[in-house]
Amino acid sequence: MKFASEFRDPKLARALLQAIAEKADAIGATREKPVHIMEICGGHTHSIFRYGLDKLIHEGVEFIHGPGCPVCVLPRARVDECIELAERPEVIFTTFGDAMRVPGSTKSLIQAKADGADIRMVYSPLDALELARRNPDREVVFFGLGFETTTPSTALAIQQAAREGLANFSVFCNHITVPEPIKALLDDPYMMLEGFIGPGHVSMVIGFHPYDFIAQDYGKPIVVAGFEPTDLLQSVLMVLTQIEAGQARVENQYGRVVPEHGNSVSIAAINDVYEKRPSFEWRGLGEIDASGMRIRDAYRAYDAEEKFGIGYAVGRREVPEVEGCACGQVMTGRIKPTQCPQFGKGCTPETALGALMVSSEGACAAYWQYGGARTAAE
Amino acid sequence: MCLGIPGQIVEISDEARMMAVAEVSGVRRAVNVACIADGPLDRLIGEWALIHVGFAMARIDEDEAAQTLAALHELGETQEALEQMAAGDAALEGRV
Repeated sequence: MKFASEFRDPKLARALLQAIAEKADAIGATREKPVHIMEICGGHTHSIFRYGLDKLIHEGVEFIHGPGCPVCVLPRARVDECIELAERPEVIFTTFGDAMRVPGSTKSLIQAKADGADIRMVYSPLDALELARRNPDREVVFFGLGFETTTPSTALAIQQAAREGLANFSVFCNHITVPEPIKALLDDPYMMLEGFIGPGHVSMVIGFHPYDFIAQDYGKPIVVAGFEPTDLLQSVLMVLTQIEAGQARVENQYGRVVPEHGNSVSIAAINDVYEKRPSFEWRGLGEIDASGMRIRDAYRAYDAEEKFGIGYAVGRREVPEVEGCACGQVMTGRIKPTQCPQFGKGCTPETALGALMVSSEGACAAYWQYGGARTAAE
Repeated sequence: MCLGIPGQIVEISDEARMMAVAEVSGVRRAVNVACIADGPLDRLIGEWALIHVGFAMARIDEDEAAQTLAALHELGETQEALEQMAAGDAALEGRV
């Protein structure tokens, strides 16, 4: 665990921790009756654990780790479909490395690669485009995955492919959106959240107005945050300040990167290439209306689902979660990773049942890496 | 996957495709600059940007770039990003 003295700006970190403690006391937050603040972004979850913020902060502030890791929320059915695509002999399947270890119902992408499928880890959808140019006799499928941060990159790659008339490139689109799962969580009558830390790099693309409904319709504060430890502490303080004042607004702590209305080129590319799916399945959370993107008819030639007759193009397949896997309960804050009966027993990074244990941004992986392994052994 | 890494634009490599070369923690990498272009691309040379999966997504100033790199280094994200770039290069060269 880190200590505030090890932060780049320890004086600022200590001052923020003190101010948070005073606010938490002022609103009566205690260990028994904590204020629940959900950080939506998996990058924030990783940062909180890496810097030990959950240990340093006043005991009346409890972080709830939200569904903001796109690898974690990928349902097993979609992983199975990736593997089916990748195992077609004509296909070069390209993916970000993050998705390689997510378990499907029989294997992961890394196991499929070991079994002989031509699966290549790429850094960018542009690498997939280049592979398509270099391999005109093969079909290059890019696994489009991620929230609004990665969505425009795939859209721009598809636009580029269309300009070049590349006929052997397509995208298996699994892009998802942040606001809809948050609405689904807020509509859950058992949800106990008093405020949100909003994702910084998603907001860099979409701005912060897409979160207006959280404040206006549900009366909850949300502060868009950077991922450095002092960014997160300052954002918690801003949430608590709103709670103390009985306010609910969208605030932007990460103004040095996040513009109010986002990035216009990215938004235009998203709107040109994609439309909302009626609903999309999330691992552990089920179907959420309008929470996923699909490729518009104008770019149908680049939609791997249409090209290969798979996925939502032919109907959603039902693949139940693994018995005993509690990823959904962890992502909705109902239980902590260490309260999952499988944590450290049936589910470890080497023998993962669920995606939260294998993604670098997953809550279970963070718990494991920063002390959970020890807890499980005790 | 969701964190960008700072890079400095050092060269415009393909104006028609909006491609540039960025130096990311000592490694040069082709990036698309469509999202940060608001004039002649040459003006981007020397600018810092947050690079995310091969796209420059937002301009940042040099101080912010230095601070972000330090934080990413702490989080192990710099190494991860560089490994992903190397994996991408390997995939293109068929070294998989």
